[in-house]
Amino acid sequence: MKEKIKNLRQKANEIRRLIIEMLARARSGHPGGSLSSTEIITCLFFDVLRHNPRDPNWPQRDRFHLSKGHACPALYAALALCGYFDKDKLWNLRKFGALLQGHSDSRIPGIDVGSGSLGQGLSVALGMGLAGKLDRQYYRVYCLMGDGELQEGNIWEAAMAAAHFKVDNLCGIVDYNHFQIDGRVEEVIDLEPLVDKWTAFGWYVVQCDGHNIEELLECFNKAQTVKGKPTVIIAQTIKGKGISFMENVVDFHGRAPSEEEKKIALEELDKRLLEDIN
Amino acid sequence: MELLYARDIYGKTLLELGRKDSNIVVLDADLSGSTRTSMFAKEFPERFFNFGVAEQNMMAASAGFASCGKVVFVSTFAMFATARPLDQIRNTICYNNFNVKIVATHAGITVGEDGSSHQALEDIALLRSIPNIKIIVPADALETKYAVLSAYETSGPFYIRLGRAKVPTLKNKKKFILGKGYILEEGRDLVIIACGIMVYQALEANKILKSKGISATIVNIHTIKPIDEELIISLAKRYKRIIVCEEHQTTGGLYSSVCEILSKKCPVWVESVGVNDRFGQSGSPEELLNAYELASPYIAKKVEDFIRSSKN
Repeated sequence: MKEKIKNLRQKANEIRRLIIEMLARARSGHPGGSLSSTEIITCLFFDVLRHNPRDPNWPQRDRFHLSKGHACPALYAALALCGYFDKDKLWNLRKFGALLQGHSDSRIPGIDVGSGSLGQGLSVALGMGLAGKLDRQYYRVYCLMGDGELQEGNIWEAAMAAAHFKVDNLCGIVDYNHFQIDGRVEEVIDLEPLVDKWTAFGWYVVQCDGHNIEELLECFNKAQTVKGKPTVIIAQTIKGKGISFMENVVDFHGRAPSEEEKKIALEELDKRLLEDIN
Repeated sequence: MELLYARDIYGKTLLELGRKDSNIVVLDADLSGSTRTSMFAKEFPERFFNFGVAEQNMMAASAGFASCGKVVFVSTFAMFATARPLDQIRNTICYNNFNVKIVATHAGITVGEDGSSHQALEDIALLRSIPNIKIIVPADALETKYAVLSAYETSGPFYIRLGRAKVPTLKNKKKFILGKGYILEEGRDLVIIACGIMVYQALEANKILKSKGISATIVNIHTIKPIDEELIISLAKRYKRIIVCEEHQTTGGLYSSVCEILSKKCPVWVESVGVNDRFGQSGSPEELLNAYELASPYIAKKVEDFIRSSKN
């Protein structure tokens, strides 16, 4: 177990390096929400999900849907590391004619449904979950949402319906980093009491530190055992996590690091990796 | 003349398809009785999902179903099937080119007594600018059947626009071919291009005109997208004068589609019969067709005025 956690922490570090590198090269994109969701995506792609990068359309695969499509650098990095496509493709992120579009895109191997317009992902995941149940498949569906997008009414329509349909193969994850473009979520439109809201909508709610691999895995395990209702993991995270000058800085929601900032960021990540190994 | 509900035929056709193909799922938003998806729901409850009054969720969920290989039919009233979930249709269904068939009922002014909030007059305009989606406006109940079958057989997103009221069954219809319009009646003086219930109104107008020594060629363009460019251009070349009739705003619908083609390929004078930048209101379908000058006598008058002014 310890070895597994250590490996996943190293993977998360690697994903962060790739996020920084690809965004610096792209000169645009969203580092804050990519870095806050890094451990969540790491746990999913390198432990939780049953998937096969050599056969992205394997019918029995677990589904992952990124509702917060702007966090795609984290997803792209994970997909590349899994072998869905060549790592070199990461360096063309957001470039004209590139595979990797500015927001999650279904032309990319490993991505079933694209996103970008917020608030629709939980509905997409609900459709996948219902289709799976109808087909008597055992796959599970995971949907990563941002906190800002919970302000969309569509999310709550989906939440209400998912509980109604008892879609217990569905697991939502809220990357609760407390920031959105215009500032602190609490100041823009407060989501609290968030646990009460999901509970009232009929969901099984678990909470964790969204950067703690052990806690995340425990939540994912728990979600698999819940019957008769969907589960949501409210993962408390830090926007820009892992890079000192990006953490909790709203400007890095949608600004790429400069060459200089990239260097510092990668040095910080190197240092952390060394600390982890020792 | 036989009067039928297009939505009855939709319900029956969907049920028949459901018996043949267990991969079909049907979604509705609390209007299954009115849209007639209830017929499918009764026989296949496990494949029918009532999403309640939540159209955005229903549309985005249809994409999730489709991503798992399902053929998804989604129904509600045209007003709520298009305007409210437009983002979900554009970004999640059409961008991904999913196999989702939106079959909306209660389109147009002939919804009647429910009034403006329920009379979709902009739905074609809203959807027509979105890539990948195909749009069909059947002229009667039987054409509805072939439109639904065609949508089922053709991969990708569709919008099929049906009305609420009973519609007369037209004679001399040609075989339904997606994207191909056809001539119902040959005339001398000009062409009337119509879709949906306005095809019948155009045919009735032709009766009035014939008594005055005028005759129009009546054309049914059931597929608004992709539209039959070839036919429209050949008609423009032959007749030089065209009137387009639709139960829709004159901006963004069939009239716009025809003008877009002809202004590029064969500029001729094109007149319109449709709703002119107004909202609907309560009333019987017949009262409203008259009040909004969509009924056959108004089409006939438009033709006469057109012929007079285009001679000067």
